[in-house]
Amino acid sequence: MLAPEKNWWKPMGRIEKTWLTVAFVWCIFLTLMMPLWYFNGKQNVPTETYRTTPADYGAKVNAFVEQYTVGKDDATGLPIVSAPPGSDIYLRASTWQWYPILQLEKGKEYRLHLSSMDYNHGFSLQPVNINLQVLPGYDYVATITPTSSGEFTIVCNEYCFVGHHTMVGKMIVK
Amino acid sequence: MATLAPTTPWTKDAKDDYRNCPVTTLKVDMHTERLIIANAVMAVVCLTLGGIAALLIALTRWQAVHLLGAAWFYRLLTLHGIDMLIAWIVFFEMAGLHFGSTVLLNARHAAPKLAWLGFGMMTVGGLMANAVVLIDPNSSVMFSAYVPLKAHPLFYLSYILFAVGALITVITFFINIVVAKRENRFQGSLPLVVFGLMTAAILATYTLLEGAAAIVPAFLWSLGILKTYDPGIYRNFFWGFGHPAQQVNLAAMVSIWYALAQMTVGIRPVNEKFSRLAFILYLFFINLGSAHHLLVDPGLSFAWKAVNTSYAMYLAVLGSMMHAFSIPAALEIALRSRGYRKGLFGWLRNAPWAEPGFSSLVLSMFLFGWIGGVTGVTIGTEQINMLVHNTLRLPGHFHATVVSGTTLAFMGFTYYVIPLIFRKELKLKSWAKWQPYIFGFGMLLTSLGMITSGLQGVARRNWDITFAGVVPGTVEITLAIFGIGALLAVVGGIMYVTIVLVSILTGPRLEASNLLLLTGTHNPIIESTKITDEQMEDKQNQPKGSLVLVFAFLVWFAIYYLSNWWLLGRTWFIR
Repeated sequence: MLAPEKNWWKPMGRIEKTWLTVAFVWCIFLTLMMPLWYFNGKQNVPTETYRTTPADYGAKVNAFVEQYTVGKDDATGLPIVSAPPGSDIYLRASTWQWYPILQLEKGKEYRLHLSSMDYNHGFSLQPVNINLQVLPGYDYVATITPTSSGEFTIVCNEYCFVGHHTMVGKMIVK
Repeated sequence: MATLAPTTPWTKDAKDDYRNCPVTTLKVDMHTERLIIANAVMAVVCLTLGGIAALLIALTRWQAVHLLGAAWFYRLLTLHGIDMLIAWIVFFEMAGLHFGSTVLLNARHAAPKLAWLGFGMMTVGGLMANAVVLIDPNSSVMFSAYVPLKAHPLFYLSYILFAVGALITVITFFINIVVAKRENRFQGSLPLVVFGLMTAAILATYTLLEGAAAIVPAFLWSLGILKTYDPGIYRNFFWGFGHPAQQVNLAAMVSIWYALAQMTVGIRPVNEKFSRLAFILYLFFINLGSAHHLLVDPGLSFAWKAVNTSYAMYLAVLGSMMHAFSIPAALEIALRSRGYRKGLFGWLRNAPWAEPGFSSLVLSMFLFGWIGGVTGVTIGTEQINMLVHNTLRLPGHFHATVVSGTTLAFMGFTYYVIPLIFRKELKLKSWAKWQPYIFGFGMLLTSLGMITSGLQGVARRNWDITFAGVVPGTVEITLAIFGIGALLAVVGGIMYVTIVLVSILTGPRLEASNLLLLTGTHNPIIESTKITDEQMEDKQNQPKGSLVLVFAFLVWFAIYYLSNWWLLGRTWFIR
């Protein structure tokens, strides 16, 4: 709180230097972990993105659903859609619904498209716990490979007005 | 140096309206005193409003209680964010800036009219935001107000008023320092605390400008003048404001830490260069952190995210780790030089634990670093963020930083502002002794409950996650821990507000006679000037205990960080 003495630019003591060095090395390690994982890890944040509009994206989703629908979910009436592995699959977020229900095969790769018709939404796949931001006007492509099978839930985890908590979807992995 | 105040003469003319503080011997400009009181009162008002909201939303998220309906939950959550994260903290910081730029520099307030204008705009803006959110159902858009959620135009206007008011106050801080220097009110360099506040003020300046870049277009868009507003661009600008705003809090809090350490223990900074370098690192690198919020957004490359989220090379984190050593080390040296030399931690056992300024300092540092800092760096790692984005782990992290850290430090500091600036006797002293512990422990449980719930996938900002039927049963337990912790913290908050209100509303105006509130009649600030170079360098006084503490911290940091990579490696393949 008090003004320092006139010449306060003094060399650091041994203990300060030790801690500074250790902390700096730790910071470098933290920095290196990200590129290391980027080149070697199996879980990286998708970056592939295209500009779109709600109308364009909606049309793509509809065409996709028409082509690959294999059934209907009894509880919600939503179509269950299964496209061959490796293909582009589409998920549409809107207040307050995830559409359609995607059916995937375990161990196969898919190009999952995500976009919103209105507000920001949050793609939160549970209990896998993968979370991605979904914005209107952006077609976000995540290349995913399910490593477990069963029924998974898609929760919306970005606030999208009062019905937000009712926005729950489903994904099936066989 | 026997007295603290430099000897530059003050004149009793129209410019200089001041009083002498009998405890610190510092001169207090009367404009400054009134401005500090006004800002502090508004801070406590906003804390009370936000605290009521906190109680109600915590009782709603605690699934076993689930008090409010959805509409009121989202409304009060919006209110809670605005009152706590912006209003309470910024009002308190403005009081701190007025204090630092005048009292600590032996200087007068050079622009009181401008400062009152700033205060007025902030008050109108803050209260208007509360009113709009409470009245207009469409304005429950959360503190972040992501476009294209469209609130009432007055909602954005209240943000703008508040931000411009704060910017004006920040400008008066710079004016005061320039005038003080020009009038030779102080010699040499700025004191460390003012240096830290200066860091906060510089950060605040560009933070508020970025806020304008985000909110002004949103205001025009809500009026229909601007037809479209890209949601990705809004997020980028908003977090250019929202995240650095938290770094303003960080720099202000660290400054308050140094002040509390000097006021309650009488420290002498171990090495001015070391501490100042750490503040400089904040200044240059911390702004990059706004990328933390965009790590799983579409449209941004890995390189952009990785460089920004790591603050270039975790250099801002390095700054915090430097303070994390330099403050305990200064405490240790000061206490050792007074004879508490036994073992590694004898000094710590003999520290003034009953003094609220000391307990809030230590708890604030511990909870900020061990919980807030460690979780923050981890979830701000590009790939790990996929496990965390928008889950309860996020609020778990920032409640440990801005509440357990910043708020607790500010609360502790308030107890000294009351006798020294309000010139009222602090009442309910035994409450003040326990308040930091109750609040700190409550917030610890709150954060841990949130973090462990988020680890199980529970979303933030969500009225009812069990509706989805996806979370495991253990979430009931972790949400209960969160709820109980929040209740305890609210008790601590009520104690704080009660102590403040009873002290300032009852009893006569009284010049302070003692710096410490509970632990003696000595004056640690005076004592701090008596620590000699020989004592600083004495082998017996070296901060070995602090070094052990920071190494323990590093081990915990590494365990938490690496276990998150392990968790990530178990999930689905994604790229």
